[in-house]
Amino acid sequence: METAKQYRIVTRNCGFIDPENIEAYIGIRGYEALADAVTNKTPVDIVNEIKKSGLRGRGGGGFPTGLKWEIAAKNEADQKYVVCNADEGDPGAFMDRAVLEGDPHSVVEAMAICGYAIGATIGTVYIRAEYPLAIKRLQKAINDARDLGVLGKGIFGSGFDFDIELKYGAGAFVCGEETALIHSMEGERGEPTSKPPFPAQAGYWGKPTAINNVETFANIAPILLKGGDWFAGIGTEKSKGTKVFALAGKVKNVGLIEVPMGTTLEEIIFEIGGGILGGKKFKAVQTGGPSGGALTFKDLDTPIDYDNLIAKGSMMGSGGMIVMDEDDCMVAVAKFFLDFTMDETCGKCTPCRIGSKRLYEILERITSGQGTKADLKRLTSLSATIKDTALCGLGQTMPNPILSTMRVFEEEYAAHIDHRTCPAGVCSALLQYLIVPEKCVGCTACARVCPVNCISGKVKEVHTIDQNTCIKCGACFEKCKFDAIIKK
Amino acid sequence: MEKINSLADLIKMRTQLSEATANNKNTIVNVSLGTCSIASGGQTAMNVMKAAVSELQIPGVEFTQSGCMCYCFAEPTVEVRIAGQDPVLFGYVDEARAQQIVERFIKNGEPVEGVIPVNYQIC
Repeated sequence: METAKQYRIVTRNCGFIDPENIEAYIGIRGYEALADAVTNKTPVDIVNEIKKSGLRGRGGGGFPTGLKWEIAAKNEADQKYVVCNADEGDPGAFMDRAVLEGDPHSVVEAMAICGYAIGATIGTVYIRAEYPLAIKRLQKAINDARDLGVLGKGIFGSGFDFDIELKYGAGAFVCGEETALIHSMEGERGEPTSKPPFPAQAGYWGKPTAINNVETFANIAPILLKGGDWFAGIGTEKSKGTKVFALAGKVKNVGLIEVPMGTTLEEIIFEIGGGILGGKKFKAVQTGGPSGGALTFKDLDTPIDYDNLIAKGSMMGSGGMIVMDEDDCMVAVAKFFLDFTMDETCGKCTPCRIGSKRLYEILERITSGQGTKADLKRLTSLSATIKDTALCGLGQTMPNPILSTMRVFEEEYAAHIDHRTCPAGVCSALLQYLIVPEKCVGCTACARVCPVNCISGKVKEVHTIDQNTCIKCGACFEKCKFDAIIKK
Repeated sequence: MEKINSLADLIKMRTQLSEATANNKNTIVNVSLGTCSIASGGQTAMNVMKAAVSELQIPGVEFTQSGCMCYCFAEPTVEVRIAGQDPVLFGYVDEARAQQIVERFIKNGEPVEGVIPVNYQIC
């Protein structure tokens, strides 16, 4: 048998234990890392072990977790905070929900360990209200942990106190940005502020705060149980451990996968993912969601890690991986992501608020056949300006889907502008549905399904489509059993 | 629940729990019940299997839930652990297959379609 490509650290318990039963978690060495930390180790030991592991933030930025904890630990304050960022909002990413629903105690335990390491006694999970089951299971995990005494006063007979509360977000994408998240938790508008100061210096209520993503926290207990060296032995030179990807789109085995850093796209899409649906041709994969970029067949052998993705004009992001085939139009894909960021911009800074709208309008022009060569230049220069001037990560990364698709699918943009065609057959304004007379048998199925009655013809005679009335809905194309309708 | 006051308490509790698990000779039916699993019919699969077990009066079958099993393409998914055997994971467990899992696999040890091979290692 071939060796398994997947290696599960973050999702080690997901699908195996009952998330609503604390005993199930304890039965598999749950809370041992916390108990050992507060009993046998100093906070500095914990920070050093995490630093040794090389763990980097899994929310997207990839900042070294140990360093973040060290900064928060060294900043003196009467109160410090641990925050878990569970504001997962990338289109197509759901690993944080899977962990919170499948193994909530691993996050509770890791937050307490982080509290011990940095000297905080209060932890807060910022979770979106759209995740009701995750909230229910996390709350139960916290209550059970309190009842058992693994959260609360004097944990495991030590002098360390720690407790966790939940704060619900309303589901704004920008609140995944840490300064916006903090403002939202404080009851203010979820809008970012410029850094520095970083949250590790002055975060929640102005106090030193360690903010980590759910997936980052889920790595902590195994690192402490098995040692930082073990974790550092997995992955690539600069990206250690594993990464969970939400494999979605036109791939056979849609789902969550966890692979060591450095696994190639080829292995992910064609071996684990089982290849492209319906025997179609692979076209591209979008990593990093609306902040990332498109990778093509040229990149299939690239080992995936933080730095290689950035070198390719994309980014890790939270680990969404949307696979596209020959039927996807990359200009339309870029427009889709811009539509998302345009909706989700908080509006605080001008480049993001107005820039997103202008970028979207240009893409709208191109996909409707009104684009010009000057539009391509405008896209490039406006993108550069937005990247340089936007206040937070949302705006700074917003142009990435456009820039990367323009770079690797230049000819597809050119086809929309120069020839007013959409090679993938997606942009409806550029399409015509036509009946092939040699193939039409006159069955009338298309005419009956047409919502605007623009198909005419007698029974058993060749039909025709009135192009002036056609709304290009594609219903006839789907209905025809004789391949007599083509789009071009 | 009795409080855990030390690392030693925790280890003692874990030892008891893992001994109990090792001595449990029941068949354990583990149904994936994350949000997405429930949406695709995981709870229905659980209900069908529970009803079938009680109707056929099969002794020593326990039901448990878990979160996401990570096989979105094959939801609903159900794992069956028979003591002394490797766990078997079934995908696409609609009502008919849920019934078959109980009637054929659990009761008679006959194969049922839809087995998902293990394609991972756990740390």
